[in-house]
Amino acid sequence: MSLTAKDKAVVKAFWGKISGKADAIGQEALVRMLLVYPQTKIYFAHWPDTSSNSPNVKKHGKTVMGAISDAVGKMDDLLGGLSKLSDIHATQLRIDPGNFKILSHNILVALAVNFPADFTAEVHVSIDKFLSAVSAALADKYR
Amino acid sequence: MVVWTEQERAFIQEIFGKLNYEEAGPKALSRVLIVYPWTQRYFGSFGNLCNSEAIIKNPKVAAHGKVVLRGLDRAMKNMDDIKNTYKELSVLHSEKLHVDPDNFKLLADCLTIVIATSMGTSFTPEKQAAWQKFLAVVVSALCRQYY
Repeated sequence: MSLTAKDKAVVKAFWGKISGKADAIGQEALVRMLLVYPQTKIYFAHWPDTSSNSPNVKKHGKTVMGAISDAVGKMDDLLGGLSKLSDIHATQLRIDPGNFKILSHNILVALAVNFPADFTAEVHVSIDKFLSAVSAALADKYR
Repeated sequence: MVVWTEQERAFIQEIFGKLNYEEAGPKALSRVLIVYPWTQRYFGSFGNLCNSEAIIKNPKVAAHGKVVLRGLDRAMKNMDDIKNTYKELSVLHSEKLHVDPDNFKLLADCLTIVIATSMGTSFTPEKQAAWQKFLAVVVSALCRQYY
């Protein structure tokens, strides 16, 4: 399900709107994921606290969303652009790729909560395709 | 047997209380047809679904969205036995409508997004957890009679 020119334009335009709140969106998405899908906490067993107040969670939400925001600029070559991150996820982090879909869903919920008027069905489909493409690029080196 | 905490029951009642069924149903169904276009396969008799605008304005989509929401209302009113409440609906979806059960989750996710847009920040992570647990039970009940 490759990104069309229209998808890329929609993603860029929407990301322009949310860029000021991107960090907060990333943090909120991570908090939602850890609460709504508690099995995802296994990857953060080294954190004393996985609640919304946790400084670890806040920092990591910002890191993840920062990388996704970067990927907006790399949509013409996500495989190449995310190659190093894919290496890290494959060899060091070894996060089961099923979890990329879970985090993506919670990013969509955070976007819907914070940008209800802008997150129309047309924006939703392009962002969902973008996040799927990012997930596929992240999983590329897994085997 | 599904165990609901008092908190979960309260959250689910609250979410349904705030839902405008006449709006949320059509919005959720049109969203699933737009975001996951292969789901349009089940609605060949609904007329024009050729672009987002057509889908959003389609009166049959709107009417059916309301039917779906009213079905969910029944589950909410029978939270302690959704499995049996939905037995006939499950047979209908399997034997007559031939709906791929993976698609139930797609509609559930779109409804969650619609609720997130209408409730905004009051759709807290805790409420999302209760709501998604409810939808998971609904989806499981709908899948039960597939064999």
